[in-house]
Amino acid sequence: MSLLSVRDLTVKFAMRDQTVTALNGISFDLAKGERLGIVGESGAGKSITGFSLLNLLSRPGYIDNGQILFDGEDVVKMNDQQLRKVRGNRMAMIFQDPMVTLNPVLTIGQQMVETLRAHRKLSVEEARQIAVVKLREVYINSPEERLDQYPHELSGGMRQRIIIAIALLLDPQLIIADEPTTALDVTIQADIMELLLELCQSNQVGLILITHDLGVVSQMTERTLVMYAGRIIESGRTRSIINDPQHPYTQGLINALPQQTLPGEQLRQIPGNMPTLAQVPNGCAFNPRCTFATDTCRSQIPQISHYGEVEVACHEVQRLQSEQAREEEKA
Amino acid sequence: MKDMTNAEPLLEIKGLEKKFDLDRGFLETLKLRGGKITRETRAVHAVNNVSLDVHRGEALCVVGESGCGKSTVARLVAGLLTPTKGEIHYDGQRIDNLSRHAMRPLRKKIQMIFQNPYASLNPRMTILEALEEPVRHHNPEFSGSDVRDRVAEVMKSVGVDPAWAKRYPHEFSGGQRQRIAIARALTVDPEFIVADEPISALDVSIQAQVLNLMLEAKENRGLTYLFITHDLSVVEHFGTRVVVLYLGSICEVADTRTLFSSPKHPYTRALLSAVPQLKDDRPNHIRLKGEIPTPINLPQGCPFKSRCAFANSRCDEEKPKAIRQPDGSLVACHAVEEDRITPQV
Repeated sequence: MSLLSVRDLTVKFAMRDQTVTALNGISFDLAKGERLGIVGESGAGKSITGFSLLNLLSRPGYIDNGQILFDGEDVVKMNDQQLRKVRGNRMAMIFQDPMVTLNPVLTIGQQMVETLRAHRKLSVEEARQIAVVKLREVYINSPEERLDQYPHELSGGMRQRIIIAIALLLDPQLIIADEPTTALDVTIQADIMELLLELCQSNQVGLILITHDLGVVSQMTERTLVMYAGRIIESGRTRSIINDPQHPYTQGLINALPQQTLPGEQLRQIPGNMPTLAQVPNGCAFNPRCTFATDTCRSQIPQISHYGEVEVACHEVQRLQSEQAREEEKA
Repeated sequence: MKDMTNAEPLLEIKGLEKKFDLDRGFLETLKLRGGKITRETRAVHAVNNVSLDVHRGEALCVVGESGCGKSTVARLVAGLLTPTKGEIHYDGQRIDNLSRHAMRPLRKKIQMIFQNPYASLNPRMTILEALEEPVRHHNPEFSGSDVRDRVAEVMKSVGVDPAWAKRYPHEFSGGQRQRIAIARALTVDPEFIVADEPISALDVSIQAQVLNLMLEAKENRGLTYLFITHDLSVVEHFGTRVVVLYLGSICEVADTRTLFSSPKHPYTRALLSAVPQLKDDRPNHIRLKGEIPTPINLPQGCPFKSRCAFANSRCDEEKPKAIRQPDGSLVACHAVEEDRITPQV
């Protein structure tokens, strides 16, 4: 049985004059210890997916429909007390900005001890010892001293490591990391990613990695979901998606990267912008930016279905494939 | 490349230094040391002895991590900061010591594009006002219709419909705003553009749009760029030459192709290996120990020594000078000079 099973998740935001749909029938599964990437651009709904999994949405956002089965229990139906037992304990979240995630007026030690004692019957001393062990696991030097320091005394990379240590404190089964390294430098990003990968693999922890960076997804995850305007438009093994993307948007996203074009040449850009949630076009949300769009695309929403090694939500995927095959033959 | 180095550079930076004082007031400088009150001032050494040339038609990229002084270099060149030491020459004329008045004609030639398109446009001005203002200011002889024509032409060239000119910045998306910011830089017909992380705040598909626009402007208008970025894949695509900065000092200067095919400085190597690749399954990522030290009270010797696997006692004492390599690149590293670095596998 899968560790996490999301079925038909729909999230809405009640605005003053209208209700917008931020997530539209999201379904996916995550096996125990599996690493899943969620990619998309800002406004695609990837962070909202992450927040929903822990039932962290606050007004005006709410889960309108769907199930989030975590180890067989529906997170959507849980009351606050049940949620507290899941959050931070069995499912932990790492947020984007390490500068604001930690409480600035508490020492690192206080924050770690508090988390531990909230979930387990431990003395302060026992909790501190566990904290030291966890800090060592994320390669923090002289962890005993760090426990008495405040967040502002530490660098960004070190703070993100401590946040990872806090996420791992209670040995969760799943970590949701929302752009964990976007605010950090490349060399630090590489360190943090390597660490996260190592910890997940050695402890059999599942990982949901939310990011806009296809390079990071490619190195970190086994499976990938691509989101666009609140829907999953393509999902499958990360290798298949990176090497042979099927949806025109995924193709566009990969082709737009500078490394896919010879230096100095024009990049293959996707025209237009992602629609705002209030004005999602009829039919396939990508149709105004898609070169393959037909009348069907402009009127009917494509359902996600198997195509080759991946699942794609595109009406024209077959035509697209045959045309690309023809072009390749010509070349 | 040879010919270009002989030609007169458009921008010449010599021994540039910038310090920011941390302790400004008299009381702040008082410290208690060993029972005595002494006066000492601390300073952030943002840029240390940086010398650079930018030639006409080049896109010189400055890369490095946060805190390495790349934005400070950009601001110094654009005349938004005054250097503590060193000289900046533009087209043969020294520009770092000019008065505001004397600087004015140069502002028309040197324009800047900033990182955050949400902050760089005045929210209370329509984009028409924002775009017309510099044209009027720098071309007092222009009639109203001249100004309008120029603005409309530039808006079209950056792909923003001139019919939207009456709108305010908040009505545009991030990508469109950055186009407008670029348009504002282009309206005065500059020859040199300083771009400080112009695409970092944008989404991938929008990054490509803006980068294409900047490449187009380079070709059509013969622009020269000083491009500040932390994104190495953008550098590889956009830059003709690259400068790698670390803690305000130059590590390596090389042609883009040379830098990416054979990086020499240990920091450049680590930086290149850290970029997440799309296709490789297992990266051979060079792990750096520690993190960037603070630029307050810089240590002696090589600024990179605390994180370098090849550091020895010489690196502790002597700051390496940039030395020309056989392939034309400049590298500031004792280990490279002494050939102590094992070649990359």
